[in-house]
Amino acid sequence: MLKIGILALQGAVREHIRQIEELGCRAISVKSAEDLKELNGLVLPGGESTTMRKLLDRYELLEPIRALAAAGVPMFGTCAGLILLAKEIVGFDTPHLGVMDVVVERNSFGRQVDSFEVEMSIRGVGKDIPAVFIRAPHIVAAGENVEILAKHEERIVLAREGQFLGCSFHPELTEDLRVMKYFIEMVRENTNVLAH
Amino acid sequence: MKQVGTERVKRGMAEMQKGGVIMDVINAEQAKIAEAAGAVAVMALERVPSDIRKAGGVARMADPRIVEEVLNAVTIPVMAKARIGHIVEARVLESMGVDYIDESEVLTPADEEFHLLKSDYTVPFVCGCRDLGEAARRIGEGASMLRTKGEPGTGNIVEAVRHIRKVNSQVRRVVSMSTDELMTEAKILGAPFELLLEIKKLGRLPVVNFAAGGVATPADAALMMELGADGVFVGSGIFKSDNPEKFARAIVEATTHYQDYKLIAAISKELGTPMKGIDIATLNASERMQERGW
Repeated sequence: MLKIGILALQGAVREHIRQIEELGCRAISVKSAEDLKELNGLVLPGGESTTMRKLLDRYELLEPIRALAAAGVPMFGTCAGLILLAKEIVGFDTPHLGVMDVVVERNSFGRQVDSFEVEMSIRGVGKDIPAVFIRAPHIVAAGENVEILAKHEERIVLAREGQFLGCSFHPELTEDLRVMKYFIEMVRENTNVLAH
Repeated sequence: MKQVGTERVKRGMAEMQKGGVIMDVINAEQAKIAEAAGAVAVMALERVPSDIRKAGGVARMADPRIVEEVLNAVTIPVMAKARIGHIVEARVLESMGVDYIDESEVLTPADEEFHLLKSDYTVPFVCGCRDLGEAARRIGEGASMLRTKGEPGTGNIVEAVRHIRKVNSQVRRVVSMSTDELMTEAKILGAPFELLLEIKKLGRLPVVNFAAGGVATPADAALMMELGADGVFVGSGIFKSDNPEKFARAIVEATTHYQDYKLIAAISKELGTPMKGIDIATLNASERMQERGW
């Protein structure tokens, strides 16, 4: 059974665990470097990116997660998780994990009163997928190896670069499992490659 | 079709705050300290609850200048308090772009009979509760997040413990009841029947429930998490302590790692004096903020 970790320092952890388990994988809450062992994939959930960063630093999780990324383990970041993955954050000097070749802007759709939900089509995933945007970031620029999977109002809101999947919105707040399923397929392919 | 202010968008915002600490602040400087310490949001106020207690008189929504100052100072969400039932204070805060409104018993109620119809607003609301009936009535009115009331501004955790235990034991009871018993339970609790059905189905409240009112130390915050709170509000506890920076950081860490007792011991060392507490028994009924709300 595939083991998918969820960074569990703060934020929407429970929702991801539910989706991962519904798709027949084992979900592991990650609170320390110990918990990263033998993971086939890692989810970085929504929450407050500034809070998560402080806690990542304090518990020395940044380097172990970067090492996991360097080892090719697939990672899926939603909202704050996307901000953690990005190589560059508009208005900030340094990134967090800085592993995915995208530039993101925080709170780029406005404050909470501007938060919204919409149905959209996602390349390789499907149509009419409910997407919940909460004080969401978006991808301002993407490197040449980044595949753009979805846009909303001309802004990139879902993209993949090899092992990394970065998402502005929150598939975990809906009953629709298709985006998570897409990520688990990424994990499965990667695990099969390693096995051969 | 793009839709703002839906139930999912409003409740979802609170889901993102889970496992975090929301701190009361009265100016930009405090807001920045809170953000740097790892707060998931700040509550912009004119006075923290312990000073509201001391000042007496009528406590109202904060001066919009303070709210604006805090909105401009940090990138994390900003909450602000409106008086219970004060439609216009709430609309004013919404128009300013506040991310969450607390319809709060810490302020003097504007209406002693009716709470706000919170489902009418685009901005989400958090409300206080002491038991499941109160919690369910607030959700019925459209609250997207709850917090147990505790007794604000006392630095005494006893009421917060009472309320979180009460709510959670009543939730467990509803979940274990058979469906044909729920209408009578709804009548007893004064709770909407449909909500009890939903709680039974989900096995929990349909919205996030934080603890509030009396958290003064890292161990207090961890205790609230241990008792099943989704996160913690800290009012007077941080900026009425000797060393707010250290205190704020320690409370955030204790909330994340609430079962790591060695860590809580380590971060609790040399924190200085927490805020001075008040024994609840010395408060007159009229001084108990938790009695406000119906």
